[in-house]
Amino acid sequence: MVTSKIRYINNLLNKKEISCTELTNKYLEKIQEENKNLNAYVKVTEEEALIVAKKVDEKISSKGHLMPLEGIPMTLKDNISTKNIETTCCSKILKGYVPIYDATVWETLKSQNAVLLGKSNMDEFAMGSSCETSCFGGALNPHNLKHVAGGSSGGVSSAVGGNIAVYGLGSDTGGSIRQPASFCGLVGLKPTYGAVSRYGLIAYASSFDQIGPIAHTVEDAAIIHDTISLYDKKDATSCANKGIMTADKLNDSIKGKKIGIAKEYFEGIRDDVKESILQAIKIYEDLGAEIIYFELPELKYSLSVYYILACAEASSNLGRYDGIRYGYKASHYNDLNEMICKTRSEGFGKEVKRRILLGTYVLSAGYYDAYYKKAQKLRGTLVRAFKNAFTKCDVILAPTVPMTAFELNFTSIDPVETYLTDICTVPVNIAGLPAVSIPCGFDSNGLPIGMQIIGNSFEEHKILNIAYQYEKQVGDKIYKNIELGVKL
Amino acid sequence: MSYELVAGLETHIELSTKTKIFCNCTTEFGGEPNTHCCPICIGLPGTLPKLNKNVVKYAVKAGLATNCSIRNISKMDRKNYVYPDLPKAYQISQFDKPLCENGYISLSTGKNINITRIHIEEDAGKLVHQRGDTYIDYNRGGVPLVEIVTEPDFRSIDEVVEYIEKLRLIMKYIGVSDVKMQEGSLRCDVNISVRKYGDNDLGIRTEIKNMNSLSFIAKAMEYEFNRQIDIIENGGIIEQETRRYNSDLNITESMRKKEDADDYRYFRDPDLVTISIMDEQIQQIKNELPELPSVKLKRFVEDYNLPIQDAELLVKYKKVAEYFEEACIKIENHKVVSNFILSQIFRTLSTETEKEDFNILIPPSYLNELVKLTETKKINSSLARITLEKMLETGKPLSEFITEKHLQGIDENTLKSICEKAVLANEKAVNEYLNGKEKAFGSIIGYIMKETKGNADAALATEIIKTIIS
Repeated sequence: MVTSKIRYINNLLNKKEISCTELTNKYLEKIQEENKNLNAYVKVTEEEALIVAKKVDEKISSKGHLMPLEGIPMTLKDNISTKNIETTCCSKILKGYVPIYDATVWETLKSQNAVLLGKSNMDEFAMGSSCETSCFGGALNPHNLKHVAGGSSGGVSSAVGGNIAVYGLGSDTGGSIRQPASFCGLVGLKPTYGAVSRYGLIAYASSFDQIGPIAHTVEDAAIIHDTISLYDKKDATSCANKGIMTADKLNDSIKGKKIGIAKEYFEGIRDDVKESILQAIKIYEDLGAEIIYFELPELKYSLSVYYILACAEASSNLGRYDGIRYGYKASHYNDLNEMICKTRSEGFGKEVKRRILLGTYVLSAGYYDAYYKKAQKLRGTLVRAFKNAFTKCDVILAPTVPMTAFELNFTSIDPVETYLTDICTVPVNIAGLPAVSIPCGFDSNGLPIGMQIIGNSFEEHKILNIAYQYEKQVGDKIYKNIELGVKL
Repeated sequence: MSYELVAGLETHIELSTKTKIFCNCTTEFGGEPNTHCCPICIGLPGTLPKLNKNVVKYAVKAGLATNCSIRNISKMDRKNYVYPDLPKAYQISQFDKPLCENGYISLSTGKNINITRIHIEEDAGKLVHQRGDTYIDYNRGGVPLVEIVTEPDFRSIDEVVEYIEKLRLIMKYIGVSDVKMQEGSLRCDVNISVRKYGDNDLGIRTEIKNMNSLSFIAKAMEYEFNRQIDIIENGGIIEQETRRYNSDLNITESMRKKEDADDYRYFRDPDLVTISIMDEQIQQIKNELPELPSVKLKRFVEDYNLPIQDAELLVKYKKVAEYFEEACIKIENHKVVSNFILSQIFRTLSTETEKEDFNILIPPSYLNELVKLTETKKINSSLARITLEKMLETGKPLSEFITEKHLQGIDENTLKSICEKAVLANEKAVNEYLNGKEKAFGSIIGYIMKETKGNADAALATEIIKTIIS
């Protein structure tokens, strides 16, 4: 079993068994074939990819040993700003918007000659759980095209799962990396708030948003995380990296490590999902970890807290889309107010409007105390509850989603029903903690099941270590669907 | 029925930090439209603000100079409203935890105007209306501001004007703003209400927005004061609303009623972290503060023995005050120095800006030398005046104009004979003087000065002439 697709390809390139241009072309060809079905990419950046590939080939032929991510074909969620490349958040309102600067994460990857294949699909402004609120239509699940790839980073999980990208960067506000990773049988890491710069990530909810990788294996996720988790002076909420390389810690023994199980995480979870996680717990016991059971009753506030605070921030963050400076602008209007109203009415989709209205409401005079202020207080309560939990255990193990990938159009029926499926992912965003979702089985339809390992702040090395040890143990039983990508 | 005016002020002052409050763009005034901008200050999607520490420092200075207490822990909030000059659709400001609170400025009457709060925030861009179209210039967007809010302590327009002048001077002295009203770096909103004398309750107020000239503020307040009284006298009720001053018509006009007021939906800006300032840092900033104008004024009156009006004029311009002090070194009668500056030198500076810049050709040491010569009676005042004039024109030192001959002066006998000559030559003036026309005496002295090229001691000459003709 290959534990790192990135290392595998890096090795091929270094040994000159394939040139980066050949590799990139193979991926571009496969995108040509597969993207029609998957709808993972909303923009393919063929030209840019081949220019970088050529640069990498020159480096290989001249002297160089490649850095881990150098020459590796990848994708970025379409809410990560890319200079001179249209960035839309999959919203009509940003169609035609071409950033004049690079997000810090992309600047970092660019300096490592990452090969950007294209921008990937997402729920409009990252608001959604199925990728279906995208103005380009949803991305589909490579395991079964009748199911969604998840959301909001559905394009990344569809592309990586469908082997038309080696890895991708998504963003996770309430589960948007972990849920699609879980739906597509991938590894998705939501880092600690502040670990990865948000500069250039088009904001949905600023105090929750965090960029992170979706990849095939834990080691891949670790390599990417180690590259992008840097202090950025452009982001006031960015924190200094403590210098721990998570990739170096993967092989640490987990004997005696305490894995916490909070019973609230398992309420309302589908039986087969629960069963898979119980199996995983057994494996951890076999590996010598200690399982600690406790209660985390504060979790019941999570969804309310999340939807109040995230929507409040979103209502403010999305105020700038008025048609004046960039993006979509209504064509018929009589005055300024009408122009702004029409632009926003025509430019935003239903879910985005719903969240803007909800957020505006909870911040309004007369409602602020009852909703926003109370939710802020409860956020503090949740932070303390997790802090307390981590005095008892090293990590917390929980399902990522109560079920497997939704069938198409499931989410459009009842928005509240869909919000409820975020129950397991949002607590981590509220508390700013890191969590990784890894595959832990399949349902009867062959759709992947995921579980998440949650850690204390800036303990990505712990959760990835524990995730890696599981992955190594179960190996091909669960990771059987991992191909090495395009036929090399 | 007699009415009392009650007013409170919100003053916005642009801080003169080199860079903007949340990015590295210049704060320089003017420039081609949208050239002092970057992705951050035009609020492009994905950009993040980063607080300029100097803005906090400048605001703390402003707070300390106006007797405020400084918060150790404060934060930035978002004020949400939609207007094309505000590219993020929210202004980053401070809501419930302003940096500075509870200060005051003392007026010349001894009355204190209490300052409720001073907070920091970003300025918005500017709309430019041209050829029937509206353009937006974001150069000003993100320029740091302090907003200084007073209690409703003003009872007259004069108090308001004095407060603004005092506030401007303080900000200029501590170097946190150029406070150029014509460039909009100081703008005022006035909250104004009226009540019958003796009433304790405040009347319903209106707010006149965004005025950047003292005379407009005075005129707008006067108009508004009378408008409100008229309404009440006619049995009406004042509506709480926001108004603007129309300088063409000299009236205030309604902008929006209270019920249309924006709900700003303030909440903490999640992109920015807590601002914390230790007491030691506050103390250090305090130590760096220069002498404030009120302290300087007191000192000028007491130490230099100047009349208050003269001292006020000197202190009004920081550079003039500094010049004065240097020119006063080792001089007994400081009033002479002050007189030269306030009359002769000021006459060469026609605008307020010229006085503020005080770019004159001679250093204070030249004036100092000149005054010393008059003190030792080596030259008389009219020669001193003429010399200073030449020095101001050329920038050359005293020695260029005052020769040994001047310094020796004219001995009494020579002067006596010149005086006799003068009486004979000015028979008409002498007669007029003897008939009671005091002024006529001047032309006799004038003759003497002309004869002696200004070298005669006018007091002595007067004495001699009076002896001759009596």
